[in-house]
Amino acid sequence: MALAATNQSNAKSARFSGSALFALLIGAMLATPVVTVGLYALSPNTEVWQHLKDTVLSDYLKNSLILACSVGLGSTIIGTSTAWLTTLYQFPGQRLLPWLLLLPLAMPAYIIAFTYSGLLESTGPLHHQLRNITGWQYGDYWFPEIRSMGGAIAMLTLVLYPYVFLLARASSLEQSICALDVGRTLGLSAWQRFTRIALPMARPSIVAGTSLVIMETLSDYGTVQYFGISTFTTGIFRTWFGLGDAAAAANLSAMLLLFVFIFLGLEKYSRRQRGYQSTSQRHQRIQPLPLRGHKAWLASSLCFTPFILGFAIPVLQLAVWAIQARAHINHAFLQLCWNSFWLAGVSAILAVSIAAVLIFQQRRAQLLKKPSRNLSAFSLRVAGIGYAIPGTVIAIGVIIPAGLFDNAFNNHYEQFTGQRYGLLLGGSFALLIFAYLVRFMAVSLQSVEAGFSKIKTSLDDAARSLGLNQWQTLKQIHLPLLKSTLLTALLIVFVDVLKELPATLVMRPFNFNTLAVRAFELASDERLSDAALPAIAIILTGLIPVLLLSRNIAHRMDNHA
Amino acid sequence: MLKLSNVNVALNRQNILNNISFELARGQIGCFLGPSGCGKTTLLRTIAGFEKASKGEVELHGKLVTHTSVEQRKIGMVFQDFALFPHLNVQDNIAFGLQKMSAKQRQARVQELLELTNLSARARHYPHQLSGGQQQRVALARALAPKPDILLLDEPFSSIDSELREQLAHKIRNILKAENVTAILVTHDQLEAFAMADEIGVLDNGQLQQWDSAYQLYHCPSNRFVADFIGEGRFIKGFIDSNISVKTGLGQLRGHQDFSGLLHTNVNVLIRPDDIIHNDRSPLQAKVLRKHFRGANFLYLLEISSGEQILCYAPSHHNHKIGEHIGIQLEVAHIIVFPYQN
Repeated sequence: MALAATNQSNAKSARFSGSALFALLIGAMLATPVVTVGLYALSPNTEVWQHLKDTVLSDYLKNSLILACSVGLGSTIIGTSTAWLTTLYQFPGQRLLPWLLLLPLAMPAYIIAFTYSGLLESTGPLHHQLRNITGWQYGDYWFPEIRSMGGAIAMLTLVLYPYVFLLARASSLEQSICALDVGRTLGLSAWQRFTRIALPMARPSIVAGTSLVIMETLSDYGTVQYFGISTFTTGIFRTWFGLGDAAAAANLSAMLLLFVFIFLGLEKYSRRQRGYQSTSQRHQRIQPLPLRGHKAWLASSLCFTPFILGFAIPVLQLAVWAIQARAHINHAFLQLCWNSFWLAGVSAILAVSIAAVLIFQQRRAQLLKKPSRNLSAFSLRVAGIGYAIPGTVIAIGVIIPAGLFDNAFNNHYEQFTGQRYGLLLGGSFALLIFAYLVRFMAVSLQSVEAGFSKIKTSLDDAARSLGLNQWQTLKQIHLPLLKSTLLTALLIVFVDVLKELPATLVMRPFNFNTLAVRAFELASDERLSDAALPAIAIILTGLIPVLLLSRNIAHRMDNHA
Repeated sequence: MLKLSNVNVALNRQNILNNISFELARGQIGCFLGPSGCGKTTLLRTIAGFEKASKGEVELHGKLVTHTSVEQRKIGMVFQDFALFPHLNVQDNIAFGLQKMSAKQRQARVQELLELTNLSARARHYPHQLSGGQQQRVALARALAPKPDILLLDEPFSSIDSELREQLAHKIRNILKAENVTAILVTHDQLEAFAMADEIGVLDNGQLQQWDSAYQLYHCPSNRFVADFIGEGRFIKGFIDSNISVKTGLGQLRGHQDFSGLLHTNVNVLIRPDDIIHNDRSPLQAKVLRKHFRGANFLYLLEISSGEQILCYAPSHHNHKIGEHIGIQLEVAHIIVFPYQN
């Protein structure tokens, strides 16, 4: 009798439930591009690849690494020092700065790059004023060239340091305050407390932030292309479209992917380390130390500089240009906005709904101890694999299998009908949106997972004990409680898609333009004031999630107090 | 009403519960009592259906429900953290399990429960606006609303201030009795169990040690663990010198039990503080080793002439010094003996 009962219960919960298979299918689809590129790394090399190796590969490698390391270093210095100052000291602007310093996050690197190019070119406003004041002539004086490696480093640093700032500040806010107090009782000076306590304690967070910065730098296409620097991303484009060799481009992508994975691993490792930092259960509100006199002004100007350079100046310049170009706010521009918004909207809704269903299934499987729960968990990780993978690489990884599919489909179609159908996937919106999902699914999974984890599982149990099935529970309990989380996730993906440049550039359907593509094209044609309108539109939309983020942080701090 | 036969439960391939069998009659309040980690919450969750029995049967209301899912089982559950839905107000929380009723019936039932739990004034408040005790009553009302076959309460008082617990326990007992619902609660606090339950199961190490009324558990524990876990007391050495008496350091104790099975053997005798009455005029003397002031009375730890220790309650104005000898007298109605163990 007892034995029969055991068998019965086992038979009821098959190892592969429908929901687990669904998760696996989604995961497999989203992993296809990365797997494709990975397979190319193993495939025999072409002539073009040999040619690349002999000529430009070392340049790509050198430039990408110099860029990534310098931007990483610059962001770490700016991010850490501003985080330290704004957390522990009181000086003019100290309350405003935590969110002002986040604003450059809304600024895509290619936009700040062309803005500064316009601002600093020899016929631009800065040189004009300089010559007016000094009476010099063009060529009389030396001025740094913005379209250079140094310029690219500066531009990327100015928009990427907030990642380090964000994580370093969160860690120093949450963790080291008691330890810092201990430092004071042991007679350490402010500098010693910073170098001997705060910095080592915040190190995992800082490393995580720096890894993010480096991954973003490696992904960048717009800035380096605009400044004419040969890196992996521009090389992939050139190999593909210039030399027409998809296989060699995929080989390059595989190499870039290797670097990205190294930093991704570093970031994941550091985040795990962060868990061990918290030695004190006490979350004490930090009492910032007031600074006086010239010290206060020094701190103030140090902290305001990244905001002014990374946000205020370029936004002002863009605003001036946009006002000059206001006549261009016409039907074509509105069409451009509409194109971008619906594309980003559809992608965001898909990304967030898929993430919500996957994570809900996973939670359910854990709760019911389904045998398939490990499979679902694995599928979730696979679905997020596109995280931090450069848009150029994703484009290659999506287009190659899509091309193979289209070919195979047409061969069959020809057999039956005697004619070819044409492209089914290639150049379609579906394929572009799929590429966005690959790139941004991880972002959406992360936010949705964080939201779900805040809902106690006893609520699920309570709903079950009151007779609700899983979909009723999702609808009546989870969704109402997750409303703001899902909205935030939607916004983040929406803005990420809106800003995305390289994949859109390659994969958009014929004659279809978005704000990002148009801004980049106009800027590349040196029509800077025309480029300002779509650029401003992107930045303004991008500000919304940044402001939400800073509000959430402030809220969390209040709760800790 | 509720019947478990030989239930085994394993979590992560580890046996948590072994061979649990008991019955609870309709309208009775049962309780699982035991130290933390004894498996009492797992047992409750097995009855609810959240955990599956790997062996044995669960019978509810005359039906086998061993393989019935939680949703189909018609149970009500009050969770340790109450698990109130934070986005719903009090009346919507209570109405949550009544979705199959007509709006009118639903409203009437919610009204009835609001009155029963004395929450009518809070009907439109949200959970975060309520005190712990109020939240608990909402959780109770929500679980009771669909008229479940059985109500399960997981550590219902653990997040309530200790001063309020006893008062709340009586309140809740009255509510359960008013609804005439069969219920089981889980607790590690025996005073809570005594205040609430008609039948108590003492659990240790995944085994049901005894299933009995509070009075029986206290006065007739079936094994040493129960004797130790329930109430206070000290073991002293004894010798069974006849079928009805035992010789101890306190003299010969006579009871109504039959000791023939242990005749002429050494035993441990459990002496509860209520077996010893302090009487200043009694010739039987014991030395005060320690004393705890408990307001209305003192709990004295005494050393008797054999060198063994016993406990004794004395009214608060009998304030004796440590080291002093005081008079005691025996009033042992239930003699509890176990085979001798050092």
